[in-house]
Amino acid sequence: MKKPSLFAFTLVVTSSLASTLAAQSTESKGTLTILSSLPRTGSANAQTTTIVNGIKLALSEVNGQVDGWTIEYKDLDDASPQRGNWDPAVEAQNANSATKDATCVGYIGTFNSGAAKVAMPILNRAGIAMVSPANTYPGLTKPGKGEKNEPMVYRPTGTINYFRIVPTDDLQGVVAADWAKQLGVKKVFILNDRELYGKGIAEVFRDQSTSIGIEVVGYEGTDSKAANYRSLVTKLKAVSPDLVYFGGTTQTNAGQIAKDLRAGGYEGMYMVPDGCFEQAFIEAAGDSNLNGKTFITFGGLPPDQLTGTGAKFRDAYRLKYGSEMEAYAAYGYEAARVILQAIATAKTKDRAGVLAAVAATKDFDGVLGKWSFDSNGDTSSRVLSGQTVTDGKFAFVKVLGG
Amino acid sequence: MEPYEVFLQQLVTGLSNGMIIALIALGYTMVYGIIELINFAHGDVFMLGAFLALTLLGALGMEAWAPGWQLAGVVLMLVSSAAFCGSFNWSLDRLAYRPLRRASKLSLLVSAIGCSFICTNLGLFWGGAPMEVFAGGVAAAAPKDFPQLIPQYNLLGESAIRIVPADVAVLAVTLPLMIALVYLVKRTRLGRAMRAVAQDSTAAALMGIPVDRVIGTTFFIGGALGGFASVVYALYNNTIGFQMGYRAGMDAFTAAVLGGIGSLPGAVLGGLLIGCVRSMSDQYVELRWTNTIVFGILVLILIFRPSGLLGSTRREKV
Repeated sequence: MKKPSLFAFTLVVTSSLASTLAAQSTESKGTLTILSSLPRTGSANAQTTTIVNGIKLALSEVNGQVDGWTIEYKDLDDASPQRGNWDPAVEAQNANSATKDATCVGYIGTFNSGAAKVAMPILNRAGIAMVSPANTYPGLTKPGKGEKNEPMVYRPTGTINYFRIVPTDDLQGVVAADWAKQLGVKKVFILNDRELYGKGIAEVFRDQSTSIGIEVVGYEGTDSKAANYRSLVTKLKAVSPDLVYFGGTTQTNAGQIAKDLRAGGYEGMYMVPDGCFEQAFIEAAGDSNLNGKTFITFGGLPPDQLTGTGAKFRDAYRLKYGSEMEAYAAYGYEAARVILQAIATAKTKDRAGVLAAVAATKDFDGVLGKWSFDSNGDTSSRVLSGQTVTDGKFAFVKVLGG
Repeated sequence: MEPYEVFLQQLVTGLSNGMIIALIALGYTMVYGIIELINFAHGDVFMLGAFLALTLLGALGMEAWAPGWQLAGVVLMLVSSAAFCGSFNWSLDRLAYRPLRRASKLSLLVSAIGCSFICTNLGLFWGGAPMEVFAGGVAAAAPKDFPQLIPQYNLLGESAIRIVPADVAVLAVTLPLMIALVYLVKRTRLGRAMRAVAQDSTAAALMGIPVDRVIGTTFFIGGALGGFASVVYALYNNTIGFQMGYRAGMDAFTAAVLGGIGSLPGAVLGGLLIGCVRSMSDQYVELRWTNTIVFGILVLILIFRPSGLLGSTRREKV
């Protein structure tokens, strides 16, 4: 009697499955779309893959359904192979495709602050809520911290539609300089990659260094496509700094600079911001060039230091993907949850309703504890951390700021 | 460091970088000398050579070899990359340029730009190779770490001026190649044939010189020099990437034009000049002005000496 029973069982399962599916499709009140726009081509790929995984995890927690609405997610790439990095033309194209998609109520991105500049005005006109998991350039949201016309130039309609869940560089640059002082630095040579993010944080670092009594013995913009930086290393060695600070990212050659510092015989410390907080940086630099003397600041906590909601996320991530996440994965997850919660609480399930609900996010139980969006669209969270590199891995050193 | 030591150090860096640029520039200038084509794909063929070297290094596990064997490995990479780039360049000529020999120069140039794009994308695919040395190939476009087979300690001991074995390696590879090239062009039958084709290909054909074969050989030699240069570049900078051909090619092309395109000594002089101007500008002006200064000098020289520094009346083509 084995066969018939199995047959019957299968029949029951299939029919019940079919009925659930049918029930779902009739019950769904419609489809709402969330897009993400991140550099998926190039060396940022390893980092952004884990961010996308984080977003998908947030969606799977609600089974792709909020309040009877089906949530669709699309993973867009804002990089081009020609640049191997984010590309303004592609980012603009992504933002425009979001405005054309009438079901699109949320836009997760960008990764690079420069890319946010491109997408922000486009999405602002369309009234789509944009939540960035990684942008840290202060001028995007904070009046008086960037150029004169910032941030209003990104808000042509006057309403705020851009939010971010990581502490900005005006905090990160300051705690980085304070940390340098604690490490005993007396003289610093500051480099920047001449991009929005890198130059911005290098300037904050420079100003804070001067005000806490670290001597700035050099300040220079680099060429991120140069084959090597040996001449630069000779130049900076001549003024014997204890620390070289580079405001830049893995994509703007932070790894090559580390290599040339060691090859050129510089023996001091090297500090970089969160744009280098990814495994690709260690791979690009070669771990022997980083060990022990390299310091990385990050607006948030590394995965292994997360507690509460953050720790739950980390464990779920491991279980689902079977691999370790990069630093920003938690923020991809957080950004998706912010939008999902906003959809749930929105009075009208359209762009305006979701935007209002995102802006009203308060005491959100996030991966870094409870936080709210302030009137600029920034997180109220002030947790930053410092790490170093040992044996080819990032190692947490301490909480900065707080 | 004393000011004179800083100057000498920058000179060393400039010469090392310059020699690599010069070696690539020779490939541009040889091809231009013989068929007046700026082979835009040259920089990208150079890039593919570096990828081959890294693949070989990974496949044979050279990192774990004893230092003496590693040196043999370096020689192996040099030879294979040179053979590969030479053959690749030869095939480009055979497939993309030779059919257009009688077409207008512009079609040839556009064809070269197309080849450059194809090579860049080949490099992008290659970067995704699932190998340990390519970091598993997850991020195809990411720059790849090229292991340090030539150590970077100071040969001068405690002196403030640093000359590392990598600097010596650059010179040890590039200088003999340049001498051999000059010998080949000036003293051998092949060299004479090349010069004859460069001067007047119709007349050369009438004298029984197999013009297409000579041109093909020129492409092979130019490509091979690029292959040697790619391994030297990789050993010196320890990073390669699919976009490296663009910047290296741009510098080398500038060097060739600066020295007088078509002239062999001109390419070497131009390369050394660009290397040194770059490091001096990094030191005494500011890094962000370096590109402006290099191309500014190029513009000035082209205004006052349109045929380049050594590209004067008695121009030695090829």
